Formats: sequence, C-alpha cells, structure tokens
Amino acid sequence: MCVVCGCSSPAQNVKEPGGTGLVVDAQTGDLHFGAGAAHVAVPGLSESRAIRIEQDVLGANNRVAQQNRAHFRSHGVRALNLVSSPGSGKTTLLCATIRALQQGHPGVELAVIEGDQQTSNDADRIRATGTPAIQINTGKGCHLDAPMVAQAFARLALHSHAHAHGNGHGHGDDGRGYGHGRHQAPQSLLFIENVGNLVCPALWDLGEDAKVVILSVTEGEDKPVKYPDMFAAAEVMVLTKIDLLPHLEFDVQRCMDYARRVNPDIRILQLSAISGEGMQNWMDWLLLHPDRAASAPQSRVQARIAQLEAELQHLKARQD
Amino acid sequence: MHELSLAEAILKLVEDASLREPFTRVLQLHLEVGKLAAVEVQALRFALESLAPDTVLAGAELVIDEPAGSAWCLHCSQTVEIVARGEPCPSCGAWGLTPQGGDALCVVDLQVA
Repeated sequence: MCVVCGCSSPAQNVKEPGGTGLVVDAQTGDLHFGAGAAHVAVPGLSESRAIRIEQDVLGANNRVAQQNRAHFRSHGVRALNLVSSPGSGKTTLLCATIRALQQGHPGVELAVIEGDQQTSNDADRIRATGTPAIQINTGKGCHLDAPMVAQAFARLALHSHAHAHGNGHGHGDDGRGYGHGRHQAPQSLLFIENVGNLVCPALWDLGEDAKVVILSVTEGEDKPVKYPDMFAAAEVMVLTKIDLLPHLEFDVQRCMDYARRVNPDIRILQLSAISGEGMQNWMDWLLLHPDRAASAPQSRVQARIAQLEAELQHLKARQD
Repeated sequence: MHELSLAEAILKLVEDASLREPFTRVLQLHLEVGKLAAVEVQALRFALESLAPDTVLAGAELVIDEPAGSAWCLHCSQTVEIVARGEPCPSCGAWGLTPQGGDALCVVDLQVA
C-alpha cells in the first residue's frame, strides 16, 4: 500500500472456511463426514478428504497487477509493457522515443523499468538520455512479474513526484487525473521493457495500460502466427527497422495480415528509430490515445455484433 | 520456460491451503489447464514433480483437465471449439476468431491426508 496517499488497497486474503472432514454432534454423538469445507464425503478414504480450492494459479500475480494498475492510474502514469524477442530494437526505440518526447513534450515525465536476465546495459543506455531507469535482473527468470514491477515503481522518482503534485487519487485539482478513462493525455509515461522473450511474458499481467509487441523487419513476417499468444495479448504491434526494407525480402502486408489473423483488432505502427520515419504516429498514440467509445473506430467484433443486431431487428420487424 | 514459475505458484497455493485447513500431505492435486492457457502441460508436470520432494506435494498424484477453448467467429457467428490460437474457423474456414474460453489455469481441488 502507498503510505503517502493510501491509493492502493492491500491484497485481500481469501478466507476459506476451516474445519476437518469430520464433525461430531456433541449431543447425539452422531458423526458427520463431509461437513468440512468441501462438503464431499468419499467413502473408503476415511483418512483423506477433499478440499475445494478453485483458485487461479496466477491469482496472486494478478492481484498485485491490479494494485499496480490502480496505483499508476491514480498517479497519472500511463504504463506500457514492451514485449518482443531479443534484438528487435526495443531499447534503441526507447532511446529515440525519449529524445523525441524530451524535445517535443518536455512537460511529460518519463521513466523506464528494464528487465533482463543480467547486466544493467539497457538501463545505462536509458540513463544516458537523462531519464531515470531501474534495472530488474531476473537471474534465471524469463519474464517480469507484477511484484517486481511494484518494487521498481516504488523506487522511481515518478512515484514521489506524483505525490508532490497532490495527485493521490486520480482527481487532481487541474482535472488532469488519468483515471478518467483515458480522456486526457497522461502526465507521465512509464515504459516497462520486458525480458526479450515472445513466449512467457504473455501470461504475466504487470498492471500495464497496454502491451506493445515490437517486431523488426529482420525477423520474418510470420512471427505473429508462430507466437500467437503474445500477438493476441498485445494492443499494438510496432514494426521496427523499416529503413532496412530495401535490403530485405520482407512482405509488410503479409506480416500485417498474419497479425490480424491472431488479433483482428491489433493496431499496427511502422517506424524506424534510426531514420525517424513513423515516429510521429507512435508519439501520437503514446500521448493522445483517444477514449475508445468516443472517437476511435469500432473494433471488428463490435462492428460485426452491431451488424447482426441490425439484421435481427429487420427479421423481427418482417415477422410482425 | 515459465512452467517452473507456475509450478512454484501452485505449490504456494497448496502450502497456503495446508495452513488454513491443516493437512500434512496431498494425495491428489487436481488442476485445470485450458488448451488456450499458453501452458505446456508436460513441462508443468515435470516442473511440479521436480519441486515436490520434501514438500506437502511429495508423492501426490497429478490430475490435469485440459478443456478445449471456445471462440466466436466474426464471419459465421458460430461459437466453435478450438485448441490453439491463430487458426481459421473450423466451421466456415474464415480468419477472425475471438477466443472466449479455455484459457483457465487453476487449482481445482485437493485430496489430502
């Protein structure tokens, strides 16, 4: 819990009814098997009993992720989880993004949480741009999880500065609280650069606003169908290193088609951190992100539902 | 592989249960791992078996249900059964399935002594 503003609630411990499988009626001496939590009597297994658990294995992580999410939103922080295979250009893209934001939008505070197995090389590159970064070394681990991100965020100046501006609960005096369903631009951006891995991070919610999957044109256009779980979990796909396209046989349209097979609503941005092409669209998405219901195009699923409902209405009218 | 992290999370869930309703060992651990849960079941079994010795899970039988996933097709509006993402609709062959279920990863119940 944040001790300054109390903005995130402590994890709720799930209380399960206690008791053993056997209850003895004090008055009659009757024995009641199966009166415990599971309410199951299994004859022949007098020394064993069943206990109903029904708990999501990732429940503990997801509870911390929800706390992170509430914490970020109440502090006007937009957190993005950047995922990709190693070598896609995440850190280079981040450095270029930071420089562009520092020039074009100096009022937006930035911070980075870096995840790698070892070394602080990436965090050092970020710090060289003047932006604070915390490196998380996972050791043998292959992904970041919500508790790691919670600890790193607590150590960032982004967190304490937000308190200084009195934005503890997402209702800042100047109405810039980011908690109002993304109507306003975020006050600060937190980039979480996950461990380079297109498999495991898909399962671990960190409390981010969105997952951004980064794919470079040197990797092969069928990556989305080879790693469907990750591309299905992402809101945006950023296709990087497009300055190299003249030297490659990479079919951009086919890559985008593959991505839309596994995620019909994925938004796709193409850019080069080196040449600067496409960077403006990326910045626009980072900063403006319109409220979906208001101005963004309907998702394909929503559009299809609307179409079917209209057909149903038409058929009903004809029946009457 | 993340199955080891998941196995550790499962062990923690079971150990927490053993404190709430005291038991000393698990005879059977019943899990549900949906086909769309992005978990390799064999790797999860191996990870659990590796972690089990000297814990409350030592010697436990592992029962894993693997329910199929369900998805809604954008084109033919059917709810279909699927076993993996990134496949065309088994009913009409078009691309555009939205997965809806079959991605659960949970501990269902325990048989304990």
